[in-house]
Amino acid sequence: MERIPILKMGNYLLVSIQVDMHDQLALQLQDDLTSRIVATGVHGVLIDISALEMVDSFIGRMLANIASMSRILDAQTVVVGMRPAVAITLVELGLSLPGVRTALDVERGMELLSATVDAAERDDDFSLR
Amino acid sequence: MISVSADTLSLTTSEHIVVVRQAVRQRAIELGFSLVDQTKLVTAASELARNTIQHGGGGHVVLEVVSDGHRRGVRLAFEDKGPGIADIQLAMKDGYTTAGGLGLGLSGAKRLSNEFAISSTPGIGTRVMIARWK
Repeated sequence: MERIPILKMGNYLLVSIQVDMHDQLALQLQDDLTSRIVATGVHGVLIDISALEMVDSFIGRMLANIASMSRILDAQTVVVGMRPAVAITLVELGLSLPGVRTALDVERGMELLSATVDAAERDDDFSLR
Repeated sequence: MISVSADTLSLTTSEHIVVVRQAVRQRAIELGFSLVDQTKLVTAASELARNTIQHGGGGHVVLEVVSDGHRRGVRLAFEDKGPGIADIQLAMKDGYTTAGGLGLGLSGAKRLSNEFAISSTPGIGTRVMIARWK
């Protein structure tokens, strides 16, 4: 079956969506990602959507769901690389992706992710003391 | 408004939504739409195509290149023989949903288009038409 690949690198999971996703594929990614977060115990997920030519309400909802689900599973999500035309359209559609952290590109996304994950771990250490 | 060309695409599975998106994108590129306009039209088409499948139980879309004598545009008519919409005003409201979605499909598609028309008869079906000009 067709699937979006999920790569593990250190303490993070990386996903780059390179195809025009049909709805089943988007739902499959949501399931696969949550399973992988639990199986690997990572604290960060980076999703690159720079190849996506459009994000409609279904894909937008999937991104928001992944962010919420991973947060509950103790992982932070950053969505990177949204094209300007996609951002303009998304806001006009009525979707502002609340709760989804974004960065302009993969490099900035990784920086944001490591800063967020480090801060979360410091908080954990502090509260355990 | 004169129709320059027309194609009919069927809408029964979620893969068909992708086919419609790609066909609409192709037409928009041929007419020289800007990237933002292409994206708006394709996104509106994606929302309405999903509605046709999820709420209308499947149907089809007529994809036309149209002209009003001065300018050209893309017109899309989504038609299904589903249960219809009893209260169109309610269905057009942001956030109103019967399928557990975000309720942005109809209202969002209207905001992303230059022209929008909807007609529906309970028990007969629904027709949603949008157009975007170059």
